[in-house]
Amino acid sequence: MSTTDFKRRQVSGRGIPLPGNDIDTDRIIPARFLKEVTFESMGEHAFEDAKKQNPEHPFNQKVYQGASVLVVGQNFGCGSSREHAPQALMRWGIGAIVGGSFGEIFFGNCVMLGIPCLVATQADLEWLQKAISREPHALVTVDVEKQEVRVGDRVIKATVPDGPRNQLVGGTWDSTAVLLEAGAAIEATARKLPYVTGY
Amino acid sequence: MARTLLDKVWEAHTVRTLPSGQTQLLVGLHLIHEVTTPQAFQMLKELKLKVRMPERTFGTLDHIIPTTDQARPYADPLAEEMAVHMIRNTKEFGLPLFDMASGRQGIVHVIGPELGLSQPGMTIACGDSHTSTHGAVGAIAFGIGTTQVRDVLATQCLAMAKPKLRQVRVDGALANGVYAKDVILAIIGALGVKGGVGYAYEYAGPVIESMTMEERLTVCNMSIEGGARCGYVNPDATTIDYLRGRPYAPAAGAFDRAAAWWKTMATDPGASFDDVARLDGAAIEPVVTWGINPGMSVGVSQRIPAPDSAPEAERPTFREALAHMGFEAGQPIKGAKIDVAFVGSCTNGRLSDLRAAAEVAKKGKVAKGVRALIVPGSQQVAKAAEAEGLHEIFQAAGFQWRKAGCSMCLGMNPDQLVGREMSASSSNRNFIGRQGSPTGRTLLMSPAMVAAAAITGVVTDVREILR
Repeated sequence: MSTTDFKRRQVSGRGIPLPGNDIDTDRIIPARFLKEVTFESMGEHAFEDAKKQNPEHPFNQKVYQGASVLVVGQNFGCGSSREHAPQALMRWGIGAIVGGSFGEIFFGNCVMLGIPCLVATQADLEWLQKAISREPHALVTVDVEKQEVRVGDRVIKATVPDGPRNQLVGGTWDSTAVLLEAGAAIEATARKLPYVTGY
Repeated sequence: MARTLLDKVWEAHTVRTLPSGQTQLLVGLHLIHEVTTPQAFQMLKELKLKVRMPERTFGTLDHIIPTTDQARPYADPLAEEMAVHMIRNTKEFGLPLFDMASGRQGIVHVIGPELGLSQPGMTIACGDSHTSTHGAVGAIAFGIGTTQVRDVLATQCLAMAKPKLRQVRVDGALANGVYAKDVILAIIGALGVKGGVGYAYEYAGPVIESMTMEERLTVCNMSIEGGARCGYVNPDATTIDYLRGRPYAPAAGAFDRAAAWWKTMATDPGASFDDVARLDGAAIEPVVTWGINPGMSVGVSQRIPAPDSAPEAERPTFREALAHMGFEAGQPIKGAKIDVAFVGSCTNGRLSDLRAAAEVAKKGKVAKGVRALIVPGSQQVAKAAEAEGLHEIFQAAGFQWRKAGCSMCLGMNPDQLVGREMSASSSNRNFIGRQGSPTGRTLLMSPAMVAAAAITGVVTDVREILR
């Protein structure tokens, strides 16, 4: 993969609406599916229990298969830190998420995977979810750089904090290389800490 | 200028400001377990990197551990595979592992403080959202994902934005039969499950300051359930007394110097916060959750609220919760029938929790048809409880005395709810499917309240039993 492939200026694709607040990471992927030493099979288990309990669940609906922009409610991804949750969504095909607010660890995990999570108003989210269910094949563009979501003629304001936005747009969200650049400054910082030097 | 503990710890651990504007933050203690690390070790191998500071990294086995027969290989081949990977990876990278033979194995958030690994003024990270627990000793501790675990292994650093700070003050004093669990459930009930997003919580006020370390660990543990990635209590005499003599705490000669530094890391008098929230401790009664997130709770004497009482945007979740739980709005929570009682987890699996449950267990026998499990948070907790004879009290009352692990908090081992079973649980999450059954139901409460429900078969006000 070349460096440019890491830049997440915008993500375009069909949308999938998932109404409801406080959808936790246990719901996205139940703990019994975490007993794997790789993330490879996670996509198959995205929302597995919710899908079984509700045949109408958006992730069950044929019309949304292949969608890449997930539109959710408030506090999406709260709870467990399991990266298996965004891994499951990513491997299912999700490339960007628009919601009212996000669980903080989930949000961070998404950044680490290059999945932008943008925050929009409740009214705009409801409009967006309805627009997608009316026209599931419409192209939804999540513009990380301009902080907006575009569907047809409509432009919705959707924000992402400066730090993660810079990482996503600049392609530096895969952070190991960036952190390694600090070099010896890492050890120098450690040596100033009393608990590292034996007080 | 007066500064907070968050300010001081953040500054001391800042390596540099990243081009993105975030902080490159040094992680002083990295705790790892078998579920969220195998992929991180794999990524490390692919990058041909070593662990940057192996001496600051410690591992344990907790999530998948069976609590009955612990002989290897485990009956569940997937659990066995995870254990094999953890043992192999820690060996290959030269990291200490508190395995079953160590006598120190247990839930990662129980053993960190117990062994004196978690200390004031540190930054602590672990691939587990309940890492907020360690804030109780006066550390900035937070959960991370697996790719971030890779970063900490490879660089001992994370790219983080400094959170805002809310002081959560609990004034007054708690009534008898009201525990730390009730305090944190009351805080989450008042501030909401997303109230803490973007914030760290500093817990303060007379109720928090008079708490033991184990009680503070319970409070900080559930910060994440209120949306706050980390929560802490300023280090004080309780903290210093707790850490003295623990295996990884500074040795005698260095301890006083350490304690002096710890005190300097506490929030200065007159420091300002981005927000302050206050609760009256005297008004808190035993709390029970009735819904599908930890903010959906009532006092044990109260009734389950109607969806109409919630803001309009919250009502669909309310209705979903009532439907999942099989409750009617307006129904008293007291008297709700239970099938399973679980005392354990990183929230309430410590010695004082088991003592509180045992006090209640002495008053009766587990009700007919109720399956009751006591799962110590660590091997050391189990040993201490057995030395006091707590296991005999539990067994005489019909509770099962298990071995240490995460167990039914998340059901990654064989300890799971079956079908729609209703569980009275001392754990931290009542999410749909959390305890292993997709249709299982969870009522969160204190360990004493769980024991009370176990012996009566229904949700009971523990104060009536202790009276």
